[in-house]
Amino acid sequence: MIKLWFKSGVPWIWLNAAAVTTSLIMVIGVLSLVAGRGVGHFWPAQITQFSYQEDGKPLRTIIGEKVETSVTPALMAKSTGFKMADDEEVLVQYLIKVGNRDVTGADFVWIQERNVKEQNDPDDLMVVERREWGNFYGQLVEVKENGKTLATGSEAWPVLQDKISAALVVFKEIAHLEKKDIGAINYGLERLRLKQRKLELENRLDEEAKQDLAAQKADYDVQYKELQSQLANLYQKVRSTSLVAKTDSGSTLQIPLSKVVRAVRPNTMSVFDKAIHYLVKVVEFLSEDPREANTEGGIFPAIFGTVMMVLMMSVIVTPFGVIAAVYLREYAKQGFITRLIRIAVNNLAGVPSVVYGVFGLGFFVYILGGNIDQLFFPESAPAPVFGTPGLLWASITLALLTLPVVIVSTEEGLARIPSAIREGSLALGATKLETLWLTVLPMASPAMMTGLILAVARAAGEVAPLMLVGVVKLAPTLPLDGNFPFLHLDRKFMHLGFHIYDVGFQSPNVEAARPLVYATALLLVLVIIGLNLAAIVIRNNLREKYRALEG
Amino acid sequence: MTTQQVRSHTINMDSILSGREQSQHPNETCIKVENLNLFYGEKQALHGVSMEMHKRKVTAYIGPSGCGKSTLLRCINRMNDLVDSARIEGKILLEGENIYDKSVNVAALRRRVGMVFQKPNPFPKSIFENVAYGLRIQGVNDKRILEETVEKALRGAALWDEMKDRLNDNALGMSGGQQQRLVIARAIAIEPEVLLLDEPASALDPISTLKIEELINELKEKYTIVIVTHNMQQAARVSDYTAFMYMGELIEIGTTSELFTNPRKKQTEDYITGRYG
Repeated sequence: MIKLWFKSGVPWIWLNAAAVTTSLIMVIGVLSLVAGRGVGHFWPAQITQFSYQEDGKPLRTIIGEKVETSVTPALMAKSTGFKMADDEEVLVQYLIKVGNRDVTGADFVWIQERNVKEQNDPDDLMVVERREWGNFYGQLVEVKENGKTLATGSEAWPVLQDKISAALVVFKEIAHLEKKDIGAINYGLERLRLKQRKLELENRLDEEAKQDLAAQKADYDVQYKELQSQLANLYQKVRSTSLVAKTDSGSTLQIPLSKVVRAVRPNTMSVFDKAIHYLVKVVEFLSEDPREANTEGGIFPAIFGTVMMVLMMSVIVTPFGVIAAVYLREYAKQGFITRLIRIAVNNLAGVPSVVYGVFGLGFFVYILGGNIDQLFFPESAPAPVFGTPGLLWASITLALLTLPVVIVSTEEGLARIPSAIREGSLALGATKLETLWLTVLPMASPAMMTGLILAVARAAGEVAPLMLVGVVKLAPTLPLDGNFPFLHLDRKFMHLGFHIYDVGFQSPNVEAARPLVYATALLLVLVIIGLNLAAIVIRNNLREKYRALEG
Repeated sequence: MTTQQVRSHTINMDSILSGREQSQHPNETCIKVENLNLFYGEKQALHGVSMEMHKRKVTAYIGPSGCGKSTLLRCINRMNDLVDSARIEGKILLEGENIYDKSVNVAALRRRVGMVFQKPNPFPKSIFENVAYGLRIQGVNDKRILEETVEKALRGAALWDEMKDRLNDNALGMSGGQQQRLVIARAIAIEPEVLLLDEPASALDPISTLKIEELINELKEKYTIVIVTHNMQQAARVSDYTAFMYMGELIEIGTTSELFTNPRKKQTEDYITGRYG
């Protein structure tokens, strides 16, 4: 009976189905874990006020968000040093995010449930998101301008909101001035300096050139002075207003509005308000620069850097891999050597990625980049231009890393094209090159896209080699901006993969940043899916167009 | 560059037109094979073949599978160059010129000697682009010239009436018989002198086969045609001359009526009476 069942093939089908199901569950599991932890981060949490008293200590108030609950069995709690009463079976602890790092020194505290005398969510508790020192939790006392009180008590809240939005407008102006205008002037001044140095090195720095340079420099200086005074005015404006708030320990704290991103009272917000707040936060996460050692704010530079790097890599690897595959398949005499090359190419795909990083650093950055600097940028010495990790070298290193997949899949695509098509073209008087260019390569283009899809999937998720050849924790400028020549291949850039590592493990405030790690990881997955989908759509269109002859 | 090519293209058409007048002389030699030996590596596939093919006539090669008739056909436009192990001795003269001479440009030769294969092999492009392909690689991009030539070629292949409204459709959507006529149109669009047909109807149904045969009858007005076929009835129907090959050797060549009614060699008689093959 059992034998018959085995013979029928049913167990085999079950086994196959089980394997597929397991893979699916794993993918869904990973995505939902990451999504679950990351997506919730931006939802405003209730703020709770605890009356807390430990044995033999005075009663105190703790204000914060409950982040985590841990339940420890009594026996285990005892052995780690907690005093446990005989009738207690478990020790319940809460992790509370209390913020106010500038006051207390720590963002988080563990409290024991048994010591909580009373807890409630009063409406007047507020969270202030700051540009420094993390969140502030407490109650608003008054709003001040130039030392005078504008409003106190219940009137203070709407005034505060008005003042914050006014300050944010000014702040936007400040950011624009600092990044765009003063950035451009600094860039121009640096170019002037390099020009002067270059002329000096070439012994062409005569009086005329000197005057010319000095005139340009004076021009920039005038612009700079003007911007500087504008900037000082703006700063004056935002610095004049501040809020005064009471912390949970009863002390008051004055926070200038120039340091405030937003203030909210989550306990009074409706679901709709919270949803809006959530959307605003998500948009900020996607579109703004990071703050506070990457643990707050957005990750736009990292998204931009990742996409930019992958695009650059694709632009480099596709022609390179296709040309190599065409030579191997179409021109090289098939034999021992081509087989050897194929083996080498396949093995290249198995080399650990960090080895590519080391190679990229040693060869591209130091040898190639160093020589390029000596030959073309002697004026900027001793500061390196290309002799230091940057976008170009990272893209080339990853192109090298993904080259094998492109070669292999292009070769397979070329091999699949029926010889009848080639002969048909040759019989019409086309040369081999024309045949390749007009018929064979277009027909093999879906296979090239498949290679590119695999390459993108691999490159976008790669972190280890990038740490050696161009990725940094915080890049002050994007590799693409409004200053000539617009695309700055020598610049260092930020990357989502490295950002995850950096925020999760290198940041001074790991606990606060953890949800951000999940959110960033989710985004990285989404970016890769997006890039892949784009490539897959292109491939399917090509496939439809060049449906090969069947039969 | 392109104007030059256009000019050479028009000269080519002129020579075809003037060639029509010469067809008054019925048995002018177009292709002459002289003592041709072909080796695939160590194995010899053609043994000292010598024959002549006449202008604006249809010559059919018949013989059992593996007798070398396709190989001989592919020698005439040097398609065997694509086979790495193939080695050729002897000469093939096209209009008195040895096509295996070192100075011969293979691509230019193939423009003069068009070929249609056993299985239809249209490119995965539109019908129009398929027919225009040969002209485009000669650098002809003038839309008007292309349209005229495509129409002429499609009419020549008896496809125009069926396809004139579908020129921008993908050629792979056509039926097998239509595809094969499209491939013929593609070949005659560049006005070759010789047309090689390698079992052109063997993958087609009887009606499509009939259409192809009618087409061959029309095409021989303008082109020298060499056709390889398995089907002796087909050879008898379409060809003026027939060559019987066996085991890499040319056994007999003669006018079709003579070869089928009065074969000189016993092997030929055995084959056409169905004793082997």
